[in-house]
Amino acid sequence: MLDLILFAIPSLFVLAGALIVIFAKNPVHNSMGLVLTLASLAVVYITLNATFVAMVQMLVYAGAVMTLFLFVIMMIGVDKAEQTKEEIKGQTFLVLGTLILLGSLLAYVVINSGFKWDLWFPAVDYSIEGTPDLIASTLFTGWVFPFEVISILLIVAATAAIALAYDTKTRKDDD
Amino acid sequence: MIEVTTDWYLTLASLLFSIGFIGMMIRKNALIMFMCIELMLNAVNLTFITASKHFGTIDAQVAVFFVLVVAAAEVVVGLAIIVSIFKKQETASVDILRSSKG
Repeated sequence: MLDLILFAIPSLFVLAGALIVIFAKNPVHNSMGLVLTLASLAVVYITLNATFVAMVQMLVYAGAVMTLFLFVIMMIGVDKAEQTKEEIKGQTFLVLGTLILLGSLLAYVVINSGFKWDLWFPAVDYSIEGTPDLIASTLFTGWVFPFEVISILLIVAATAAIALAYDTKTRKDDD
Repeated sequence: MIEVTTDWYLTLASLLFSIGFIGMMIRKNALIMFMCIELMLNAVNLTFITASKHFGTIDAQVAVFFVLVVAAAEVVVGLAIIVSIFKKQETASVDILRSSKG
């Protein structure tokens, strides 16, 4: 019973936050909905024994990434009304078609499996705990090469952000 | 007595991904489309962690870290592009933006 409560309440908050993200009109409300989703997901991660990932989720996603989002929202203004006129002809029709296609695919899979509410592969639960030392010993032994590649990616992203934000015109005026 | 199995978590992840996808389709503000991308990435992360619990391996949790880093890099570059476009065109609507059109 405790399992069910620990799953149901954070899941409701996850879905409520996600719906706020896509339906709220004010961009600040959207980003707050995203914070709700991310924080509730961290609770779900804890119930899945991934404690360290949950902490990183709170710090990096709900902390750093959302701060960046809010910073940009404040920078480009929140009072601008979203453009509602359709610029691309038949866009609504295409979206509806895609959604119906995806929904029917999902329905086909569910009906084809005969509503068997079970996974196709058996569970082999060793009930591991995602502690920092276990994650670190995996990350720095088997995953060293992807780790190094991802550091290059971060440097490239940081350089690109500086290059995009650097305003050459105003700099020339200053000189 | 209802037991919470792996399928429940996978259902939650698929619902989250679908909401993100629908938001990506119906919104026109570039910032909110970015948030919908974050929703979809988080759905994938939830799937990874569920698999980690289900199969009893830690590698899926390591993969989540790589997804996190890629998401952070994507947000940094994407928001820089949005800001620099906004400086020129005063809008963040993706339908009006035509500056990358050939």
